[in-house]
Amino acid sequence: MSSNDSIKKTLIVAFSLCIVCSVIVSTAAVMLKPAQEVNKTLDRKRNILAAAGMLEEGRSVEDQFSQVTTRIVDLRTGEFTDEVEPGKYDQRKAAKDSDLSTVLPSDQDLAKISRREHFATVYLVEDAQGEIDKIILPIHGYGLWSTLYGFIALESDANTVAGIGFYEHGETPGLGGEVDNPRWKAFWPGKKVYRDGDVAIGLIKGSVDPASAKADWQIDGLAGATLTARGVTNLVQFWLGENGFEPFLNNLKSGEA
Amino acid sequence: MESIKETLTGPIFKNNPIALQILGICSALAVTSSLQVTLVMCVALTTVTAFSNLGVSAIRRHIPGSIRIIVQMVIIASLVIVVDQILKAYAYSISKQLSVFVGLIITNCIVMGRAEAFAMKNPPLPSFLDGIGNGLGYSVVLIAVAVVRELFGAGKLMGIEILPLVTEGGWYNPNGLLLLPPSAFFLIGLFIWGLRSFHKEQVEEPDFKMAKHTVVKEGV
Repeated sequence: MSSNDSIKKTLIVAFSLCIVCSVIVSTAAVMLKPAQEVNKTLDRKRNILAAAGMLEEGRSVEDQFSQVTTRIVDLRTGEFTDEVEPGKYDQRKAAKDSDLSTVLPSDQDLAKISRREHFATVYLVEDAQGEIDKIILPIHGYGLWSTLYGFIALESDANTVAGIGFYEHGETPGLGGEVDNPRWKAFWPGKKVYRDGDVAIGLIKGSVDPASAKADWQIDGLAGATLTARGVTNLVQFWLGENGFEPFLNNLKSGEA
Repeated sequence: MESIKETLTGPIFKNNPIALQILGICSALAVTSSLQVTLVMCVALTTVTAFSNLGVSAIRRHIPGSIRIIVQMVIIASLVIVVDQILKAYAYSISKQLSVFVGLIITNCIVMGRAEAFAMKNPPLPSFLDGIGNGLGYSVVLIAVAVVRELFGAGKLMGIEILPLVTEGGWYNPNGLLLLPPSAFFLIGLFIWGLRSFHKEQVEEPDFKMAKHTVVKEGV
């Protein structure tokens, strides 16, 4: 047994073990990659549809997604662009790339994301006549523990919310994690985003009083999740504000996008 | 034959890794807020423990003492990555919920504890069974905790509503504390208490005895 502790034996064991293990790990990673990619794409499409309130159980996601057009928007100008290809553009990666994003000054960085990408992928749902029916926009921002990633869908007037959904977050289950609760998400459709040209939508503490003049812009808060609720308000206000999609939405309304 | 059964079933109650050895508490707190996630975590951990024990035991005569912990870690880490990849490919939504906790199996004390304490000294087959047994012991505690937490914290089991919540128009007012990690501490504590009331030999000798109160005399 003492020969086990010789330098030669130690090196041989360490080296061969590493080779064997790396072969196993890389084989698994390479072989399972296609299945994982399919899952990821399906999951993303399902989230987009769910945010727009269009997801129907029992129909294939691919089929349902065929109504959706994917376009790229240049957030600096608020116009559609062909500079990047929708299928290949990775918005999350771009947000970290200094060539493809800008640093946000801290007073404008409502969503605490520090950098904002130049290009954003938007999804347009068209009706049978080819008119825009819904606009689905990607949103992300910091909650309590984690960055929340999701989509918000607007009706064709670019002011009424059609739905919201987060597909990735690490908030506390049962508290901040209630952003996934369908009952809470159901508060969003029909709410208005802009009041006199400013983003006014946001979560409040407790329940919304339907008699209040501001009820159209308010959404029930999440009980026990003040900080997550604040994060959600901030990120929605950021992405629908002047540093987010507001210029694009204005262009879209005036037909100049 | 008797010893095989002992290796496999011993860790479930008699020598439970969580209740007696107090190992693997961290993930027991983190993943037990919903039963479905817990079950996947239990399967993942049992698989990893069993196969890492098998691997370590198979090469135990060739592992140099000076790097044995690293060797164990490499084997465990590789297995965990493989499990993580499989989950991502075939159980995507659950793997998203488990997020980092699958990766954290690497640092789960049970896996390494069994590799070091059992697999280094025993042949592959008993080691494999020991891994499964300890995985089951871990699972028993986790499932018990998860059932209580999900049922009384969210009124559901496996995501199916059992107790209709007040917020959904029912009568049950959920206990929000149960959804937070600290509640698992209380539940595991109660579990250990219950277990040690049955298996008295598990009760540890007190390290010291508490002295009687002494009356403070006021200096007048």
